[in-house]
Amino acid sequence: MQQMNVLEYLERTAPRVPQKLAFSDGTEGLTFAEVFDQSRAVGSRLAKDGYYNEPVVVFMRKHPKCVPAFFGCVYGGCYYVPIDEEMPRFRIELIFQNLKPRVMICDDDTVEMAKTFDFDGQILIYDQVAQEPIEEAMLAFIRARQLDTDPIYIVFTSGSTGVPKGVVACHRSVIDYIENLSETLGFGEHTVFANQAPLYFDACLKELYPTIKFGATTYIVPHSLFMFPIKLVEYLNEHKVNTVCWVVSALTMISSFKTFEKVKPQYLDTIAFGSEVFPIKQFRLWRQALPEARFTNLYGPTECTGMSCFYHVDRDFELDEAIPVGRPFRNTQILLLDGENKLAEDGAVGEICIRGTCLTLGYYHNFEKTNEVFVQNPLNDRYPELIYRTGDLGKWNERGELVFVSRKDYQIKHMGHRIELGEIEVNVNMLDGIQTSCCIYHKETDKIVLYYVGDMEMKTLVTVLREKLPRYMIPNKVIRLETMPLTANGKLDRVALKNMYESEKKEK
Amino acid sequence: MEELIEILEDLHPEVDFDTCDTLVDDKILDSFDIITIISEINETFDVVIPAEEIIPDNFNSAKALYALVTRLEEE
Repeated sequence: MQQMNVLEYLERTAPRVPQKLAFSDGTEGLTFAEVFDQSRAVGSRLAKDGYYNEPVVVFMRKHPKCVPAFFGCVYGGCYYVPIDEEMPRFRIELIFQNLKPRVMICDDDTVEMAKTFDFDGQILIYDQVAQEPIEEAMLAFIRARQLDTDPIYIVFTSGSTGVPKGVVACHRSVIDYIENLSETLGFGEHTVFANQAPLYFDACLKELYPTIKFGATTYIVPHSLFMFPIKLVEYLNEHKVNTVCWVVSALTMISSFKTFEKVKPQYLDTIAFGSEVFPIKQFRLWRQALPEARFTNLYGPTECTGMSCFYHVDRDFELDEAIPVGRPFRNTQILLLDGENKLAEDGAVGEICIRGTCLTLGYYHNFEKTNEVFVQNPLNDRYPELIYRTGDLGKWNERGELVFVSRKDYQIKHMGHRIELGEIEVNVNMLDGIQTSCCIYHKETDKIVLYYVGDMEMKTLVTVLREKLPRYMIPNKVIRLETMPLTANGKLDRVALKNMYESEKKEK
Repeated sequence: MEELIEILEDLHPEVDFDTCDTLVDDKILDSFDIITIISEINETFDVVIPAEEIIPDNFNSAKALYALVTRLEEE
């Protein structure tokens, strides 16, 4: 019978390898039997308390227990929305306004902070709920009504108006992704993952779901290790990690400090990376250190469930070349559309549009934004068919590989995170003492530079922004101006600001 | 030392770098900061911090970091 529900992965694996370690942070871990039982206990409690087909906020420290909390929501016929103590309070409040959640699962570390939120729903404590009895009949009743088009999670991405957008994904798109990703990267029961991505992004699907599909093991790497390259590699070796799917900046953090001269990953044979350009100089260091390993570039938007395209690196690249994005996973198609909504000619630049089961359901409680980018396929005037317009520009190279060119708008990739520069500006402009602001992204140095006009001191501005924006959205450089340069049309002159920043750098 | 404090204050204007000696232990600095600091030190002092020196002890205070830079400059 065809798989309809992501929980079937867990239900096949848990009885087969109940005592195997499933998720661990290196100190504390959960076996598959524990993940299975605790997930069902959480689902039972949600059902008993009357929550169904609604968002459940999971606000827990990054820990293996987050995983059964997530699956517990799905057992309860609800969908999980991970938030994190690293998120600034202002952003969490915006997310709550969008979700209007009635229930939140916390742990002992986060419950006090959760009580200070503007939230009058119920707070469940994970450690208590996870030990409660499993109501088999209730869970079976929920399952019988569950469809593969029902949502399982919402993750929030940056929005240019300053309000984050909640991407809603369903069983079917996640199953499609996990099946094709696993085949492409050769995952199996032997796979030992080291997770780097925060659990509140879709990037962590790459580890969580293949782990329950195959009975593999995932180590959730403590965040602090990503500051200390030698310790990080030692951690990988200690746990015999053979597979990583990391953002490029986490990989270059290791290679750029000559870490490989001291210590090399001994078991690593599968390295997937994505979300940003891999500098070839750094990539070569990785290849030299691990000549037998397979390196794969991944590309895809959150709106199409994780990743959509892959390229197994099979040749050398010049220092000024970019590693291609490659080709789509099975059951996914890429359309490059030109300004007239026709297919771009070979070699010409077009907007990357995606077609297939991988499309998520859209943005939660936001039909307006959803309809802007999840649109009728302009090549099809015969029946309804949605495509997702990524806003990324790409082209096919002479080898038939997709190559990322740039963005259409002011969205950037910085340290592996997708950021709308407009969201930073909106948050700055809201502050008292700010007249106007403009953000530019200096690609060469990977720096976000914020220019502003106003009475506020630069230091105060940075301090205030830390309460409003996630860490990765804080500008690397803040510069106060007397007046903002404008174009002939009276718009902010981003080109002039870029030139200003470049010449200032040279003077130094 | 002044130049170093400037680099640090650019990242965390709210911190008193003259006195704080738990920058890593109290999670004031994160991995973004460490990478930025290392590249800024490289640009400003022309000093490359090798991997084996990227350890919590060397980043817990401005003083410790300055001692590291001075030591590397002499080598």
